[in-house]
Formats: sequence, C-alpha cells, structure tokens
Amino acid sequence: MQEIPMTSKKQPQHPLDDLIRTDRIPHIWCPGCGIGTVFSACLAALKASGINLQKTVMVSGIGCSGRAAGYVKLDSFHTTHGRAIPFATGLKLANPELNLVVFSGDGDLFAIGGNHFIHAARRNMDMTVICVNNLNYGMTGGQVAATTPYMAKSTTTPAGNPELPFNLPLMAYACGATYVARWTMLHIRDLTDSITEALCKKGFSFIEALSPCPVNYGRRNKQKPLDMLKLYQEKAIIKNHADPSTLDIDFEKGIILGKFIDLDRPTFIEHYDKIYRPSRLQENVPELNS
Amino acid sequence: MKPAVLTGEYFMTGDVACAEGALAAGCRFFGGYPITPATEIAERMAIRIPHVDGCFIQMEDEIGAMASVLGASWGGVKSMTATSGPGFSLMMENIGLGICTETPCVVVNVQRGGPSTGLPTHGAQGDMMQARWGSHGHYEIIAIAPSSPQEIFYLTITAFNLSEKYRLPVLIMTDEIIGHMSEKVIIPEAKLIKTVSRPKPKGRKDRFKPFAPGPNGVAPMPAAGEGYNLHITGLTHDEKGYPVMDVETQTEMMSRITEKIQRNLDDIIRTDSYLLEDAEIAVVSYGISARTSMAAVIEARKMGIKAGLLRLVTIWPFPEDQIRKLADRVKGFVTVEINLGQIHREVERCVGGKVPIFLVGHPGGTIIHPDRVVKMLKEAF
Ligand SMILES: Cc1ncc(C[n+]2csc(CCOP(=O)(O)OP(=O)(O)O)c2C)c(N)n1
Ligand code: SF4
Ligand SMILES: [Mg+2]
Repeated sequence: MQEIPMTSKKQPQHPLDDLIRTDRIPHIWCPGCGIGTVFSACLAALKASGINLQKTVMVSGIGCSGRAAGYVKLDSFHTTHGRAIPFATGLKLANPELNLVVFSGDGDLFAIGGNHFIHAARRNMDMTVICVNNLNYGMTGGQVAATTPYMAKSTTTPAGNPELPFNLPLMAYACGATYVARWTMLHIRDLTDSITEALCKKGFSFIEALSPCPVNYGRRNKQKPLDMLKLYQEKAIIKNHADPSTLDIDFEKGIILGKFIDLDRPTFIEHYDKIYRPSRLQENVPELNS
Repeated sequence: MKPAVLTGEYFMTGDVACAEGALAAGCRFFGGYPITPATEIAERMAIRIPHVDGCFIQMEDEIGAMASVLGASWGGVKSMTATSGPGFSLMMENIGLGICTETPCVVVNVQRGGPSTGLPTHGAQGDMMQARWGSHGHYEIIAIAPSSPQEIFYLTITAFNLSEKYRLPVLIMTDEIIGHMSEKVIIPEAKLIKTVSRPKPKGRKDRFKPFAPGPNGVAPMPAAGEGYNLHITGLTHDEKGYPVMDVETQTEMMSRITEKIQRNLDDIIRTDSYLLEDAEIAVVSYGISARTSMAAVIEARKMGIKAGLLRLVTIWPFPEDQIRKLADRVKGFVTVEINLGQIHREVERCVGGKVPIFLVGHPGGTIIHPDRVVKMLKEAF
C-alpha cells in the first residue's frame, strides 16, 4: 500500500462520486492495483441495477479488497477477517428488505472465511458476493492464498507453491450458488453487467473478479505491472455456461470467463417463512408472485 | 403470532427461562451453534422465536453465530447467541468487534468444566476472566451471573436493557447447573416488564455521527437501511465511524468505550446481600456458588459465627466499591467459586490486605458443598 499525495487542484466531479465517500479519498490501493477497477464496476452496477440504494448495504472482511466498504457511500460494514458473509447473513435476516453486497478478497472469503461461504451458498442466502481474486494476500505483504497457482512464489512459498488452488466457480456451484460468473478487471463491461444481473437476482450470487496485485504478487513472480493485464487479455476465453469443473485457472492454456450458472431456487428466507412464519408469507403474497 | 411474554407459573430449566427472558426483552434474532450445556436455549428459541415474528438460524460455527448476531443488531433487531466454553472461545474476536463498533447484543455462556473440551456435561465457573479479557485489547464489558432459573429470566431482560442502553455486548455468565436445573419460574404480565431499546438519532441524517456520545456517554444508533450511509469498522475510528490510524483517535475511541461504563457504575452494578449488616466475615460469591454460600452462612450463624453473604450479580464491571467498603468493617473474607480463584483475586485486590481473605474454590465439575464453606468459616477465623 502506498499513500497517494492529495492534489491541490479541485478535481472535477466523477459520475460515480455520489456513491463514494469522497472525504475518505485518497484510498489506500497501490498504483497498478486492480481493486479500484472492480470497485468502480461494482458502483456502476449498483447504479445500473436500479435497486433501492438506501436499502443496500456493503459488507467487507479484512484485506486490501475489504477496504471497499470504507469508500462506498452506502451503509457499509468493515467486519473481521473472513466474517463478512455471516455478518451480512445477520443483517439480511434482521431486515429482509436489505440488499446485501459482500465485497472482499480471495483470502478473506475462501481461506479464513471459506466455511461461511460454503454454508451461505448452501442456504441460498440472498446476497451478492464479489471476490477480488488477486491470487495472494495483498494486505499482509504477499503470502500464499487458497487461490495461488501451483509453484507461484509468495513470501511464504519462497521456492514455489506446493499446493493446488481452488476452482472458485466450481466451489460456488457445488455449494448451491444460484448465480456464478468470473471476469477479470479488464473485462469491465462484462463484469459490470454480471454484477448488475446478480444484484437484481434473488438468491446467493457469486462473482469472481481476477485482479492484479503488482506490488506483492506480480513482483515476486517476475511480472511487470502490465504483464498480468496482458495475460488477462491474451489468455481469456469467454465461454458462458461452461461446465464449472473445467474452470481451473491455467495461465498457459487459458482462463475461462463468463456467466456459468444462472438458476432459481427458493432462498433461506422463503423456506423459513413457508415453514415457520406463514403469517409473513401472507403479507407478501403479491410481491412473491411478481 | 403468539405472545412474547408467556405469563404464568412454570417448572422450567434455567436454559428455557433464559430463552423466555430474551423473548420478553424483545429479542427477535438468535444465531447459534449447538453445544452442551447451552443447546436447550437454542432449541427453545428455534421453537419460540418464529411465533413472535423473529428469526432463528443455526450457523456453521460460533464465529459465524457471533458475526450474525452483530449483523442482526445493525439490522435493527435485538439479537443474541448462547454457547459454552469452546464456543465462547471462538466468539471472542467478534465480541471485540461488538465492543469496538458499540453493537448491542447478548451472549450467554452456560459454563462447563474446562480447559478445552473439558467436562461438557458438568458445571463450572472457569470462564470468568475470559469474560473480562478474552478478546484482545483493553476494553470494558458487562457480565452478569444469575443464581436460579427465575433469576436468569429476569437478568436476561436486564442484559438486553443494559446492552441497548450502553451499546455493547452483554455477557450472561451462567453455568451447567443452573442451565439444567428445573425450578419454579414466574413469568409476570407483559405490562410489568420494562424493556429498553437503543436511542434512535434525531436531526439531519447527513450530519449524524454514529459514535458521538450523548449525555450518558452513548451515541444514538440507527439501523442499516435508514438512510444514514453509516460506515462501521473494527479499525480505530473517529466519531463519524471513519478509520483514523493515529494515537489521538485511538485514545479518544478508548475513552469513549471505557468511560461510558466507568461513568455509569451505579446504574450498571447490581449486588445482593444476606445477613451482611452485622456480619464479621463476608462470603463473596456469585451464580450457583452463591446458593452454596447462602446455605453455609445459615449454617454458620447457627454455630454463632457471624457470617454474611455478598452476592455479586454483576461481575464485570467489578463491584469494587462494595468490596472496599466491606473491607473497612469486616474481619475477613471468603470467596466461593467453581474455579481456582479468578474472582477471588479481584476481591483480594479490592480488600487490599486490610483483612485476611480465603478461597473455597473447585477445579470444576460439581457444585461446591456448603460444608466446605462452613469448615473454612470455622477454621480460618
Ligand atoms: C483473524 C485474522 N488473521 C489474520 C489477519 C491478517 N490479515 C489481514 S488481511 C489478510 C489477508 C487478506 O487477503 P485477501 O482476503 O486475499 O485480501 P487482499 O489484501 O489480497 O485484497 C490477513 C491474513 C487478520 N486481520 N485477522
Ligand atoms: S492488492 Fe496488492 S496492489 Fe492492491 S493495494 Fe493490496 S498490496 Fe497493493
Ligand atoms: Mg487477495
């Protein structure tokens, strides 16, 4: 992370400024980091979706990606490492009117928080989970993650990663997510469209956004700042509805991107109301049928 | 919908009475994970909370349970969880998040023998210091210790009221013996139960600061979705809720979260006494052990020993003044607890060497027999 000096000249208003806590800028993200682009895509999607933003809440865990909650001008919660999803679960169950967006890193959501991801997807808890996958733990200085490619270098795998990484879309699908997509931060249109779709869709939606961490991942893996972007461009294979089991990331053969899963099944709250709170269902009949 | 307050006379376990107290207090979210001897609280809530339009969820672990309870509280609902030693350990990080973000909620610890898996089906009082300092960093906490199923009903309401008033997690430190014992519990009419809810902000939403303390040191608290664009973080933050990484902000925040408790001790601390007015020896105890101690005091009086009982209902913040005042007029103290001297050390600290003090402790697994306390009263003084 690096502090960016404040410019003295007044910047012109950015079209997404009304969704940003401009009083918290400059942000902490390094030059060349991809998180800001994923964040912008998320903000653009929030606008495009037309959902009630006063009823929309962003929840993050801990990490560089987890700082997003601190910059979005919505109700936003920066929780503990790995616990954004269960925190969001509590918010949703307390007030089902809220739209929940979880924005966090790969380490946060899939290592320390992996158990919560699995179970929220299984329950079809109504929320949109956006994972910035930068293949490592950026915030703590570039340690190995559950997403780090085999043999990649990190501060804790100095001679190469002996482990195999997760295939995140496969995991989301296997656990029961009703919307699953993967893009890179270079595919900003598709990424924005996917987040928009996910925000408008009820149920557990998952979007993996590949994003460079030039400072901690790139540097240790002999990549110059733009190299990862080149890979995103050259190795991307867009294949909507691809079989999730084929989605392992392979920077040599190609990275499959697209919307893989889009299906409907009742959410936790719908099941709970049906079984335990039929009085709520009666009140909501017109809405549920619409 | 069924009534939240089940007015009537019952034969109830402490665990069930705790759940009923929570519902009477207005609790409408329970996020839990099963663990002996606290499971019956979750089971009762699973049945009862949907009757009052609330929500129960069994989370994947206690870490998630505690996180969901904090989330639900910011969703605008009174929320709770219940656990025992191993689960309490897992909740510690998020209890700290609750302290730091000033989030009202209630955590029940039905204590069992520890450390580790310990004695799952046997009572103990070994987590009293973990309740005080179990999460990292320095902070104030409120913990209360009921002595019977009837009292756990009332004190659960008190716990919710204190948590809402002072915006922090409040811990109910009970034990397997009270949790599993059945006794008469009277649930009064709803109109006789006083419940407190967090103060809501007034005035312009864009100028609202979620951590700017009001007159009693506590800020009003909106819920998510009410148009305040709240930012809530576990990082050190200013009154706006924004993270600021400097020593001044840390100092300010720490004053806020500690002073709101320290300045209101008279409102928070509750103790109870028995034959203490003319006592020469003060027995200090709490929870199930206070009942052992009461039996011992009665027995000792029969033998002409002028013993009296100070029962700590509030454990944290520690009733220091009450002990100090007693130390000026009694000849000695005996602490009784099912651990090897956690609260005993606190009493010792407050007595400050003025008079002798002895411990009747136990490593956990059973109630302390009154005879051991009587023996101590007879022999030590
Ligand atoms: C309980 C706990 N363990 C460890 C940490 C230290 N920590 C902070 S961020 C982080 C990893 C973040 O990685 P990721 O989620 O991938 O986010 P990124 O920084 O890469 O965006 C770790 C291990 C912590 N804050 N809390
Ligand atoms: S993810 Fe990497 S590049 Fe981005 S802010 Fe963190 S350390 Fe810097
Ligand atoms: Mg990462």
